[in-house]
Amino acid sequence: MLANVNRATPYLFLAPAVLVMAVALLYPIGYMIWASFLDWNPSQRIGEAEFVGLRNYIYLLGDAAFRESFWVTIRFAAIVVTVEMVLGVGLALLLDRKLRGMTVLRTIFILPMMIAPIVVGLMWRYMYHPTVGTLNRMLESVGLPSAPWLSDGTWAFASIVIADIWQWTPFIFILALAALQSLPQSAMEAARIDGASGWQLIWHVKLPLMLPVLIVTALLRLIDAFKVLEVILVLTNGGPGLSTEIVALRIARTAQEFQDLGTAAAMSNLLLILLLVLTILMFGYTRLTERRAARLAAAREAEIT
Amino acid sequence: MPEIVLDGVEKRYGRTQVLPPLDLTLEDGEFTVLVGPSGCGKSTTLRLLAGLETLSGGEITFDGRPISKLEPKARDVAMVFQDYALYPHMNVAKNMSFALRLSRVPKDEIDRRVAAAAEMLGIDHLLDRKPAALSGGQRQRVAMGRALVRDAGVFLFDEPLSNLDAKLRARMRTELAEMRNSIDKNMIYVTHDQVEAMTLGDRIVVMNAGRIQQQGTPEDLFERPVNKFVAGFIGAPTMNFLPARAEGDRLVGEGFDLPHPPGLPVPQGAVEIGIRPSAITVDHGAPLELRVVVAEYLGAQSVLVTRCGPHEVLAEVESATRAKPGETVRFAVDPAEIMIFDPETGTRLVPDGEG
Repeated sequence: MLANVNRATPYLFLAPAVLVMAVALLYPIGYMIWASFLDWNPSQRIGEAEFVGLRNYIYLLGDAAFRESFWVTIRFAAIVVTVEMVLGVGLALLLDRKLRGMTVLRTIFILPMMIAPIVVGLMWRYMYHPTVGTLNRMLESVGLPSAPWLSDGTWAFASIVIADIWQWTPFIFILALAALQSLPQSAMEAARIDGASGWQLIWHVKLPLMLPVLIVTALLRLIDAFKVLEVILVLTNGGPGLSTEIVALRIARTAQEFQDLGTAAAMSNLLLILLLVLTILMFGYTRLTERRAARLAAAREAEIT
Repeated sequence: MPEIVLDGVEKRYGRTQVLPPLDLTLEDGEFTVLVGPSGCGKSTTLRLLAGLETLSGGEITFDGRPISKLEPKARDVAMVFQDYALYPHMNVAKNMSFALRLSRVPKDEIDRRVAAAAEMLGIDHLLDRKPAALSGGQRQRVAMGRALVRDAGVFLFDEPLSNLDAKLRARMRTELAEMRNSIDKNMIYVTHDQVEAMTLGDRIVVMNAGRIQQQGTPEDLFERPVNKFVAGFIGAPTMNFLPARAEGDRLVGEGFDLPHPPGLPVPQGAVEIGIRPSAITVDHGAPLELRVVVAEYLGAQSVLVTRCGPHEVLAEVESATRAKPGETVRFAVDPAEIMIFDPETGTRLVPDGEG
């Protein structure tokens, strides 16, 4: 009897957390999945909405605007994550040394990440302003023509990419720096004695050893990039045209402007599925490396005994 | 195989001096051991030689060529690290061949050299393994192999055996001693273990607090230490030191009265005498009477920890004497084995003509 109680104890302690999780996570997700099968506008209670089966999904797959939006999102995520990875890792490699004032410099580097996205959006909107914005004034002062930062489709897309890179490169930077600083120092010294130049050291030793951290970092950033909303909302609100309308923004607009909660929910689910695939890939990778480590440990064990 | 000269080599970190100016010449083809307690500057000296640290003063020359401004790779040195410093993402073969691949040695040449070194070290069956799948001893061999395939002019060893367990350490020591004879290179080996130093070194450099205390062959250091530090550091169990007074041809102290060693000049007043535990034997007719506190049985030999006045005296005796703790035993000391040190400076009193 007593043993049974003891065995139940951990579950007893976990129960409140499970309850909170169920209410706070599973309930809204279930609600959203259910809503995606409804033709539902905000003036109706959910019970009054008409069940339409897969009609929302079928509509979305045929909707050129949604497909465009999906494509913009993928392009946006792929470009920002690639550039941020290159810049962030590059900066980390440059700043991974003992120099006076480096701590201050590092702190400054990670500041953008700490600013609220809405503020970032507003700040960049002022900088991108066609006449009084910092960027155009700078271009003019050196005699260059001003750029249509937010008024031309291609430029607008570039503008939101730049703002995102500005804000999120520090994230990659600090994780890459942490990875670098946990690398075995003596292996670096051994490589120097083995004759590796600075580049060879980075290419043959540092990067391969950082790879596990970098892959997880890239995936985390990718997931985040798919969901970015506030900065773009403030900067361009999706325009001009559909040039910067990423899926998250389209979801918000579908729900608020078009009053179509069912379609918005269906879109959210499609995004969720995409993110789920990415997450599974990430966990899959972690599991793979763990299993490999376990296998190596087992091999070593067998060797000793 | 260069002759290595350190001329006034210094190292400071900010205001802290970790290595006061040091002069040392390492002969061509020699196995030199730098030995001393932790913090004595031996590892710093090695890292300065490797180019992993920059000199704060002085110059290092290889065969007369100054190298202190050169990058490690331009110095033609190979190094074995205390924690092996293997590349975790490369297998054993790749680890060993890294330097050769960087310097674009032809592939078949690399394969030949890796295979030869691996066979010599008995790790040829492990070439496909990653370091994580190796035991400590195997990693140690790979680290050694990585240095060997380089065929560099100078080999540096930074406490390579100190992460191994006692048994493996003894075996690797023997293998190293064997290897030493087949490799005609300038080898510099840093350790804090005097047994490693004595068994491996052609020449031993004893360091303390950044200064060289003495350099010479193992026999030199054991039989003719220049001061109390070297006498106490070399030899196990460690030498007994007792304060004494020189009275005529006797050395008298609390609990003992020993004859003056023959051949030594007779000092005046206070001295410190040093007696190795191996120079003390059980002799029931001898005048020195000591109470045994602890008997450490080591097999054929036992180390008796005894009391002599307020001091502890170790005696290494045949276990057959069966001395028990609490007993009082009579000991004889070979007068020729008694060393006399200046109590102030720690310098050893030497017979006229020696030193």
